[in-house]
Amino acid sequence: MAHDNPHSDDPHHAHAHLPPDPALRVKALETILTKRGLVDPAALDEIIDIYQNKIGPQNGARVVAKAWSDPEFKARLLADADQVLREMDIYGRQGEHMVVVENTPETHNMVVCTLCSCYPWPVLGIPPAWYKSDAYRARAVREPRKVLADFGVTLPEGTKVRVWDSTAEVRYLVLPMRPEGSDGLDEAALAALVNRDSMVGTALTSFPEGTV
Amino acid sequence: MNAASSLCLPHGGAEPAFVEPWHAQVFALTVHLNETGRFTWAEWVARFSATLKQHGLARELDGGTDYFNAWLETLEILLVETQGVRRTDVARMRDAWEEAYLATPHGAPVHLPKGL
Repeated sequence: MAHDNPHSDDPHHAHAHLPPDPALRVKALETILTKRGLVDPAALDEIIDIYQNKIGPQNGARVVAKAWSDPEFKARLLADADQVLREMDIYGRQGEHMVVVENTPETHNMVVCTLCSCYPWPVLGIPPAWYKSDAYRARAVREPRKVLADFGVTLPEGTKVRVWDSTAEVRYLVLPMRPEGSDGLDEAALAALVNRDSMVGTALTSFPEGTV
Repeated sequence: MNAASSLCLPHGGAEPAFVEPWHAQVFALTVHLNETGRFTWAEWVARFSATLKQHGLARELDGGTDYFNAWLETLEILLVETQGVRRTDVARMRDAWEEAYLATPHGAPVHLPKGL
């Protein structure tokens, strides 16, 4: 890399840190498209800010906690997630449909995108690298129980695993089972028990001992 | 077994949404072009999944920078094929940015030369 190889006689040795090739190509595209009026740099900054700072699994956790607390809300969420999420001001910018699938003692749900990395951005944010990896995308459908074991999840023998393959049009959110021992907690406390992976189906929610 | 322990796939931690600034930039550029009607998300997914498949033939992709390299390549081809962007212009502009970085003292804002 240029900055690892300083030459004392190089008049440019104190130049600005040179970004990697892909970063320069992205800057080139942005410059060309901005000059053509196709891109508004302020809109790009806003999109980055939203996905970096404002949208994330905390949105999904809020939905799950509400579903655990309010049976009527849960029924509506499972029947028509788009409508319910829109009411909570959580909706997809790419026009995709959201489907919420409920874990039960009989069925454990898991989400993948075998095509690329379709993911419910509005409720979970940007997917982690493992979700985008070939290993997860190829194995989740073929050997879901082994993948779950890699995540430290062992399901009872009788529990069926159902794998949902996301597309550009349909994204899935797993509604995990409410952990035992969480009776009496309010929605905020319940939301704190819900992590990202449990809403993708690669983790279970648990109620840590010693917190009551 | 504690559900938080993993044997090989990393998970659950609070990793940043984007590891490199250019990952965020190319993501935002694509989302913005989609939202302003330059292409549908279904069209994007069809092209992107084809690139990932092609890249995955040579080696297993880990979902990190290799994923965004495929994303960038897809966007470049899409813009060339559907928006009349010329490859030579992209290459020239990329080199202009490189020269601008090399010509700018450390710590100062980097600008393209006037006229570009």
